[in-house]
Amino acid sequence: MRSLSLTSDRAGHAWLGLLALSLAALPWYKGAPLIAGPGASALFEALSGRGWFWPLVAAVACLVAVSLTRGWQRSNLALGLVLGAGFLYVWQGFAVGLRGPSAEWVGAVFDRAADGQAGLGWGGFLAGIALIGLLSDVVAARGFCRGERFPAFCITAIVSLLTVFVFFPILRLGLAAFVDTEGKLALATFWGRLSAPDLWGMTCFLGAGRCGVVVNTVVLGVLSATLATALGLALALLVNRTDFRMKRALRAVSILPIITPPFVVGVAIILLFGRTGLVTGFVADLLEVRPSRWIYGLPGILIAQVLAFAPVTFLVLLSTLEAINPTLEEAARTLGARSMTTFRTVTWPLLRPGLAAAFLLAFIESLADFGNPIVLGGGYEVLSVKIFFAVVGARYDLGNAATLAMILLVLTLIAFWLQMRWMGRKSYVTVTGKSDAGLAAPLPPVLKVAVLAVILPWVVFTLAVYIIIASGGFVTDIGRWDLTPTFGHLETAFRFEFVEGGLELYGSAWDSMITTLWVAGLAAPLTTLIGILTAWLVSRQEFAGRRAFEFGTMLSFAIPGTVVGVSYVAAFNVPPVDITGTAAILIICFVFRNMPVGMRAGIAALAQIDKSMEEASQTMGAGGATTLRRVVLPLIRPAVFTALIYSFVTAMTAVSAVIFLVSARHNMATAYIMGRVEAGEYALAIAYSAVLMIVMILCVVVIQFLVGTRKLGRRQELQGRPAAEPAE
Amino acid sequence: MTVKHLSAAALAAVGFTVAVPATAQADELVLYCSVQEEWCRAMSEAFQRETGINVLMTRRSSGETYAQIAAEAEQPRGDVWWGGTGDPHLQAAQEGLTAEYVSPMLGELQDWAVRQAETSGNRTVGIYAGGLGFGYNSDLVTENPPACWADLLDPRFADDVQVANPNSSGTSYTMLATMVQLMGEDEAFAYLAELHNNISQYTQSGSAPIRAAATGETAIGIVFMHDAVAQTVQGAPIVAVAPCEGTGYEVGSMSIIAGGPNPESAQAFYDWALTPAAQEIGATANSFQIPSNVNAATPEEAPRLEDITLIDYNFALYGSSEERSRLLQRWDAEIGSLPQ
Repeated sequence: MRSLSLTSDRAGHAWLGLLALSLAALPWYKGAPLIAGPGASALFEALSGRGWFWPLVAAVACLVAVSLTRGWQRSNLALGLVLGAGFLYVWQGFAVGLRGPSAEWVGAVFDRAADGQAGLGWGGFLAGIALIGLLSDVVAARGFCRGERFPAFCITAIVSLLTVFVFFPILRLGLAAFVDTEGKLALATFWGRLSAPDLWGMTCFLGAGRCGVVVNTVVLGVLSATLATALGLALALLVNRTDFRMKRALRAVSILPIITPPFVVGVAIILLFGRTGLVTGFVADLLEVRPSRWIYGLPGILIAQVLAFAPVTFLVLLSTLEAINPTLEEAARTLGARSMTTFRTVTWPLLRPGLAAAFLLAFIESLADFGNPIVLGGGYEVLSVKIFFAVVGARYDLGNAATLAMILLVLTLIAFWLQMRWMGRKSYVTVTGKSDAGLAAPLPPVLKVAVLAVILPWVVFTLAVYIIIASGGFVTDIGRWDLTPTFGHLETAFRFEFVEGGLELYGSAWDSMITTLWVAGLAAPLTTLIGILTAWLVSRQEFAGRRAFEFGTMLSFAIPGTVVGVSYVAAFNVPPVDITGTAAILIICFVFRNMPVGMRAGIAALAQIDKSMEEASQTMGAGGATTLRRVVLPLIRPAVFTALIYSFVTAMTAVSAVIFLVSARHNMATAYIMGRVEAGEYALAIAYSAVLMIVMILCVVVIQFLVGTRKLGRRQELQGRPAAEPAE
Repeated sequence: MTVKHLSAAALAAVGFTVAVPATAQADELVLYCSVQEEWCRAMSEAFQRETGINVLMTRRSSGETYAQIAAEAEQPRGDVWWGGTGDPHLQAAQEGLTAEYVSPMLGELQDWAVRQAETSGNRTVGIYAGGLGFGYNSDLVTENPPACWADLLDPRFADDVQVANPNSSGTSYTMLATMVQLMGEDEAFAYLAELHNNISQYTQSGSAPIRAAATGETAIGIVFMHDAVAQTVQGAPIVAVAPCEGTGYEVGSMSIIAGGPNPESAQAFYDWALTPAAQEIGATANSFQIPSNVNAATPEEAPRLEDITLIDYNFALYGSSEERSRLLQRWDAEIGSLPQ
């Protein structure tokens, strides 16, 4: 057992040392630089009258004393002290707020509580990290995660982070659902909000009246996810299983919607199909009917969503298809099965985890989608938009928003649960360490025709939308079809001049552009790291509460962005974690919203990789961390790539959560674009979007270059064509 | 080793958190701006040039800004909230979110601007005014253009009129309150129920209907008249109409956020924004509201309040939270729930 060796003792002491250091020598509160000296530390603050630090300081002092004994990490006393210190750490943060004590007795015991306290700074945050490390060390010593410290630390850290950045804000907001406008607990109010007739009405199915917003949301979600998954599957099959010539072009085109900023597709669809739209006008002239506004509502949102989500499902299904071991299909063919039978009985069942993951992703994204319904919704109300306007509308009602958010959350959880049931408990392992030299079966001809029939209209439509996006920013006014070429919009956004001493940026969009790049660039690797780590923990580690852990990570994805944004403002504008108005809150928001995508991609990829390879690595003496880095990561490169791309691009294109978190100092591109669309400056919005997309493409290329592709020992050619080179 | 690596990564993450200061530095102003971006930008640039105070500006609609200030009440991040319909400003004043300040410039202001300050106990002040009306697309409506509120009920405009949802838009709430004051409450709701037959969509943003009219997506948009004029100036075939029965108006307002990080800069901006020179910036940024300083020139294109039959709009009553919630609830029950 490694955990009993001397190194483990050293790690425990290191964490403890960090804890003691951050309590005694580093400034506890925010605002002070790291090297401000011990005068501002918790210990000295306690000495100067902030007595609520004493219990924490005492607990840590006891821990230091205990750590001098042999095997201290396994003692019940150590565990008790660590948990106690953790509790006291949290308690001191909440006992005294910014403007005074939060409970009367605290004020009575500690005089200086009346002064209040600021948010955590260097000392405060480092003490928290040290406590997490210490806790992981102690539980690992007691046999958690089979005594391995690395997974134990990962689990403790991720659970703590999720608690602080997902559950805590939502808890704050959830409480708001049960509270009336005066701040009192009111179950009747909650029930009234929950049973409002405009939520559950079904009259639209009878052809009269309007459906409730919940019904609308579910109908949209199911339709959108089904169509997006079907389209994604068609694309994946075409790229992976046919000799279709323009695969690379298709791949590139299918990436486009992912990197398209919100609103701009909606705007393009209006320009095509709106009442004065290009297509509408043409069709109306042809059939001699009055141009109608049919696009506003379900049809419009559905078109925009399918266009937006198909690439996500495509990426998920493609990595699933790529990982299906071709020897299975080859075996079926060799045994005499026709290609259709092979597809139905071998390929299709192996695709099921990918299909489930893709459908789930698209459904949840549709539930949370905000940009498309707000532009194209017309009278068709969905939950995310309703929540947004319950919060930012003229009638500010946080309680109502919280109630709606909980409905949305429950919907998502139901979808997730159904998905798990449908997938069942079959084994989908096909990538093993064994010889793996088959050739993927080509698509049956019937299916190929079907696939092309789905894809061709999509290609035409996508091209039309993107021609508008590409050109709309460079003509005078695309909204009125005034097509005089101009660079005026680009100049408004990105004007710069070379003056003495360097470059001066004058354009109005520079600030948001630079912030966006920084935030996305920092958020993407962090998101991927946490997402893939979580996937690995969930699918490869046995530990108590694993299912709850997996479920918890999905929660942050299920919560609609708008609600995340407001809950963050509510939770993080006050001590102890006082970080609104910083770039950090933007990054944190993205990391925890997007991390489940990396996790799902990782889980889907790991589900196909036989554990025996990792077991072999561990048998030969590698620890959990080394196995993860040397064996698992190279095998799930497609998942890492998906996670990196998704998180980077989402950070650049997400809007609903950040709209509340951007500040004058740190503005984001999408918030800027939303403002332009709101103000009817379509051309400026389109021009900025086009520039943003070019920047994203460059970044995606760089990421692809850095991550590379998975190299399996397989031939790459399809059956019936000569394999050009031996496997690498 | 790996634990060390991880802790290094964690350290770096926290370092980033702390390294980005949340507190404002000297000579800064955090401005929450609720008029159109172009005007916001022009104002912050001009103030920065004049005083050397660095302006950090965020533009959001008045509803959004109000929500943000309410959410940040414990620890305000903004200094001044400039622009947007007066109602949310009054609501913020009523809830103590904004600070009392009597500007030395108050004597130079129009009556309606001073009244706004009096109503709120000097927590807000009028900076511009604009009448409510509608605009029609003259390519689509060629004969018998509508001139009155009653004309909008004409069946030939079926599915061709847009107005914002009063729940989300200050503009549309102004219309609701105007109708109630013009016709009486029950008659107003009867009118709106009838108008509903012609409404194609209740938009979220207050000025969205006139943009839809400008591109021909709808024939008529009910908006503040200066928004309609701005479209006309930009070349859209829009004609602004002051309804013959009379109409309400907004008093765009400015408030100092209570407990903001830079109170001195806030007062400097407040006083400056009430000067004639600052108020004349609007016209250069395609905004044709009527300035509140009597010495500021009203833009040529601006619809004059003298030419409009104005009702005696009761800002105190219709700006109060209770009346607002009550009217909006009735709107939801009687208009919002009607089949589209």
